Amino acid sequence: MFGLKPDWSLEVFERYFTMGDYAGGEARWCPGCGDHAVLTAAQKVLRDEQQRPEMSVCVSGIGCSSRMPHYLGTYGFHGLHGRALPVACGIKSRRPELDVWVATGDGDCFSIGTAHWIHALRYNMDMTLMVFDNAIYGLTKAQTSPTSPQGLKTNTHPFGAILDPHNPLTVTLGVTNVSFVAQVADWNPPLLYETLKAAYRHKGTGFVRIIQRCPVYSDNFSKELQQNPDRFVLLEHQQGIPVDKSVSRQFPNRLEHDPSDLGRAFQLAADSSKMPLGLLYHNPDAQCYEDLSSQGVAMTPEQRLAGFNAVLDRITV
Amino acid sequence: MVDTTTAEETAPRLRLTREHIVEIVSDSGEGAQKAGQTFGTVCARMGNGVWTVEIIPAEIQPPARSPAGASGIRIRLASHTVTNMGDEADIVVAFNEQVLYSRIVNGAYKEGTQVLLEDKWRDDKVPEIREQYAKAVAEFRKNGLIVHELPIEKACLEIVPNPRRGKNMFVLGMLCRIYSRDVVLAKGEIANTFKRKGEKVIDINHRLFDAGYQFAKEKLVLDYQVPPQPLEEREGKRFIVTNGNTALGLGVMASGMELVSMYPITPATSASHYLADVYHEVGGFIHQAEDEIAAAGFAIGSSFAGKTACTITSGPGLALKSEMLGLAVMAEVPLVVCLVQRGGPSTGLPTKVEQGDLLAALFGEPGDAPKVVIAAATIEECLHFVVMARRLAETFRTPVILLTDANLATGVQPYQRPEPSLDWLAPPIDQSDWDEHIPPYNWDSETGLSPRPIPGMSGGQYILTGLAHTNHSKVAYDSDSNQHGSNMRSRKFAALASTLKPPVVHGDEEGDLLVVGWGSTLGAIEEAVDRARAEGYKISSLHLRFILPMEPGLKAIFKRFRKIMTVEINYSDDPDAPLITEETRRYAQLAMLLRAHTLIDIDCWSVVYGHPLQPGMIKNVLTKRLEDLQGETPCSD
Repeated sequence: MFGLKPDWSLEVFERYFTMGDYAGGEARWCPGCGDHAVLTAAQKVLRDEQQRPEMSVCVSGIGCSSRMPHYLGTYGFHGLHGRALPVACGIKSRRPELDVWVATGDGDCFSIGTAHWIHALRYNMDMTLMVFDNAIYGLTKAQTSPTSPQGLKTNTHPFGAILDPHNPLTVTLGVTNVSFVAQVADWNPPLLYETLKAAYRHKGTGFVRIIQRCPVYSDNFSKELQQNPDRFVLLEHQQGIPVDKSVSRQFPNRLEHDPSDLGRAFQLAADSSKMPLGLLYHNPDAQCYEDLSSQGVAMTPEQRLAGFNAVLDRITV
Repeated sequence: MVDTTTAEETAPRLRLTREHIVEIVSDSGEGAQKAGQTFGTVCARMGNGVWTVEIIPAEIQPPARSPAGASGIRIRLASHTVTNMGDEADIVVAFNEQVLYSRIVNGAYKEGTQVLLEDKWRDDKVPEIREQYAKAVAEFRKNGLIVHELPIEKACLEIVPNPRRGKNMFVLGMLCRIYSRDVVLAKGEIANTFKRKGEKVIDINHRLFDAGYQFAKEKLVLDYQVPPQPLEEREGKRFIVTNGNTALGLGVMASGMELVSMYPITPATSASHYLADVYHEVGGFIHQAEDEIAAAGFAIGSSFAGKTACTITSGPGLALKSEMLGLAVMAEVPLVVCLVQRGGPSTGLPTKVEQGDLLAALFGEPGDAPKVVIAAATIEECLHFVVMARRLAETFRTPVILLTDANLATGVQPYQRPEPSLDWLAPPIDQSDWDEHIPPYNWDSETGLSPRPIPGMSGGQYILTGLAHTNHSKVAYDSDSNQHGSNMRSRKFAALASTLKPPVVHGDEEGDLLVVGWGSTLGAIEEAVDRARAEGYKISSLHLRFILPMEPGLKAIFKRFRKIMTVEINYSDDPDAPLITEETRRYAQLAMLLRAHTLIDIDCWSVVYGHPLQPGMIKNVLTKRLEDLQGETPCSD
C-alpha cells in the first residue's frame, strides 16, 4: 500500500492509484438508487487491488446499471442491450491480460441476453460479472422484468405481473463449467465489497447477482427485503465470503455452507422462502476459455508469415 | 433393353479441343465431388485452366434417385484461363438416371452431350425402378444425349464389397483415361486425399482408379485432348488450387487477423472449416459462438481490444448481426465481415448462389450506418480482399463487408500463389502511452479520420458507446454533436473514394452497350461480352469491386455508351411482365444504386435461378437488348 514495501523501502517508480483514478463522469443515477453503492464497491476493489486503470475494461449492455462504465476511470464499452457478455468475452479472447468487468441488469442479462448469459458462464472467462437485479426495467420506465415478483404492478402489467419470477440462481448453477456464484444486496456495503473482491480474485467468471434498490419503480420489492432481514439466509464458511460480526449479526438466519457443494448450493438457490446471501458455489479449477482462445498470441509477425508460407506450400501445385 | 448404338458409331476418337466441360452427378454421399475435385487438381497440375463448381442439394440426405437430390460437380478444363462454369457439359457421368433430370432442367446439357450412365438400374429388382430407368434412357436419347450404359458398380464389385463407396475413384480412373491424364500425378493426389486414412485405404482407391482407367480403355472410345495453357502464360508462376471459401481463410491468415468468430451457416461455414484445420499454424483461433449476434459481438470485443477480428456469415446471419454492425459503425470499431451470399429472403436457397444481399449490406442497419462494402469477383480476390479489408478497417476505423457468394465459395480454380510479406500482416498492438489531451475521436475535420486508443494504453481510457457522442466519446444528445459525428463518420468514405482509380472498361471505351456487374459474375459476363464482340456487337463491360464508396468516374464512362445495363443474380421485375411499367418496375440491386448515383436511366437483367449465370445465356440477353435498342434514342440523364 502507498508504494511502501514490507521492508519499508519505497518504490518511487511504481504508481499508486487512489479512488480518483477509478472515477469517470459523475454518476447520474437517481438519488437512493442501489447502483451508487455498487460503483463505489467496485472502485474500492480496484483501488485496493491496485489494478492499473488502463488495463481494466468495464463492459455493459443497456439499462440503468449499464451506465456504470461511464462512471469509471478505466476503459469502457457501453454496447447493445443484452450483448455485454459476447463483447467482454471477445476482449478477453486475445487480450487475456486485460482485467474485465461486466455490468448488466435483470432485463439485460436474464431476458434479452439470456443466450449469452448461459454460454458465457460455460466459457468461464476470467471476469467479474455483476448483475444489478432490481426486478424492473428502470431506464425505459417500469416494464416487467423476468425477476419481477408476481403481482408487481408495472406499465406492461398494470394489474400485476402475471408469472412467477424467474430464478436466475438455479439457472446459473445449472450451467456446465460455472465456477463462481454469489448473491448480495446493494444495501450491505461490507458484504458487497467482499463479494466483489472475491469475484475479482477468482480466476473464471465471477457471477454476482446484486439485489438492487430502485426507489422509483420497484421500491416495494426492495423495501420489503430491506426491512425484513429474516427474508435472507447468510451463508458462512471458511471458503466463503469473509464477513465480520457487524455484518453477520444483521441477519437472524445464518447457515454454514461449503461453497464447493454444488448440490447444496442448488437447494439453497431453489428455496423461495429465503434468499441466500454470500457465496453459493465456487470451483477455482474450472477451465477458462481464454486459456484456449489465446493460443498463438505471442507469435511474432515473422512467425505468422512463416506459418502462412508453410500452409501455402501444401496447396501449391 | 440393350444399347444398340455402339460407342464407335457416335463418339469421335482422339479429338483435340481447347476446352471441355465434365460433370459427375449422383445421389448425395457417393463421392462425386471428391472425384471431381481430384480430377480438377490433376488438370490444374498438368497446366490446364480449370474451374470446378459443386452441385449441392439443399438437404444432407435427400431421398435416393430423386431429381432434387442431385449432387455432384462440374469441371471445366481448358487450354486457357477459365473464369466461370461455362455453358453445357460435354461429358457427364451419372450414378443414376433420375439425378440427370434436374441438370437437364437447368440447361446443363446439349445435343451430343455424352452421358456415361450406371446401368445397374436396368435390372433392378424393383419394377418401377426398371421402368423409370428405361423411360429415362429413351427420353435422353430422344433429346439428343448420347447415352453409354455402363456397369460401373459391377466392375467395382471385383475390388470392394460396397461399390457405393469407391466407385468415385473408379470414375476418376475413367476420366483420367478419357483425357489422357498423368496417372502418377493422379495417384499422388489420391494418396494425398486419403493420407489420414492409411495405406490400406490408399491402396484400395488406387486399385479402383486403375480398374476405371482400364475399363475406359477397353470399353470406351472417348478420347479427348485438352492441351495445357501455353507455357509462357504459366512460366515462373506458382499456383495454388482452392475454392473461394478456402481463399477467404487464406486471406484471413495473410491479413494477420488472429480471430475469426463465427456461427455455422451455409454456404459460409466451410471457410471456417478450412481455417479450423490450419489457423493454429499462424497463431489464430476460431471461436464458434452461441449465435450470429454473439459471433459479431465477440469479434467487435477483440477489435476494440486492438486485435481486429473477422466474422464470416451468410444472409440470415447478416440480418442477425445488423445491430452489432450499427454499433461498430457508430463507435468506429474496425471489423471484417465476410458475407458469402446465398439465395434469400429468409432461409431461401441455402446452398445456391444469389447476389441478393448487396442492399442489405449497405443499408441493413437503422439510421445512417455507412461502412466499406467491397465485392470479390474471383476466387483469387477472395484471398486478397480480406487482406485489403483488414487494412481498410483499421485505417478508416470502420467495419468492412466483403461480399462473395455460393458460386465463388464452391468454385475451385488454380490461381497464382500469393507472395505475402510482413506488410500484409497486422502489426503488434501499440501499447505506448496515449496523450490524454487527445480525445478518443480526434476527427480530422476534412477526412473524418482519427487515431484510436487501445485498452492498455495509459492515458487513453475512454468509454466506447453506441449512443450519440462527442469526440471525447461522451454521450451527447445535442443537435450539433449528432450532426458532427454523423458528418465525420460519413466523410471517411469520401476520403477513401479519393484514393480510388476509375474502373477499367473491358472492351472498347465507347459503344452501344455497357454491361455493369459485380461479384462472381465477372468471368461469365466478360466471356459473354467477348463472344458478342467477336460477332461485331459494340458491347463492353465494367465490373465493380468497391460499392461503398462507389468507384469514381462512372458517370463519365457511362456517357460514352448508348445504353447501360447491369447483369446480376438477384431479383428484378421483367419489364414485359404483367402490371410492370416504368413506374412499378423494381430494379436489380446494383442497377438501383447506379441509377441513384449517376441519374442515368440504367437498365438491368437479373434472375434468381439459384445457379451461376452462364456466358451463353448472358450473351443472348445482351444481343437481344441491343437489337431492341436499334431505333431507340440513346440513354440520357
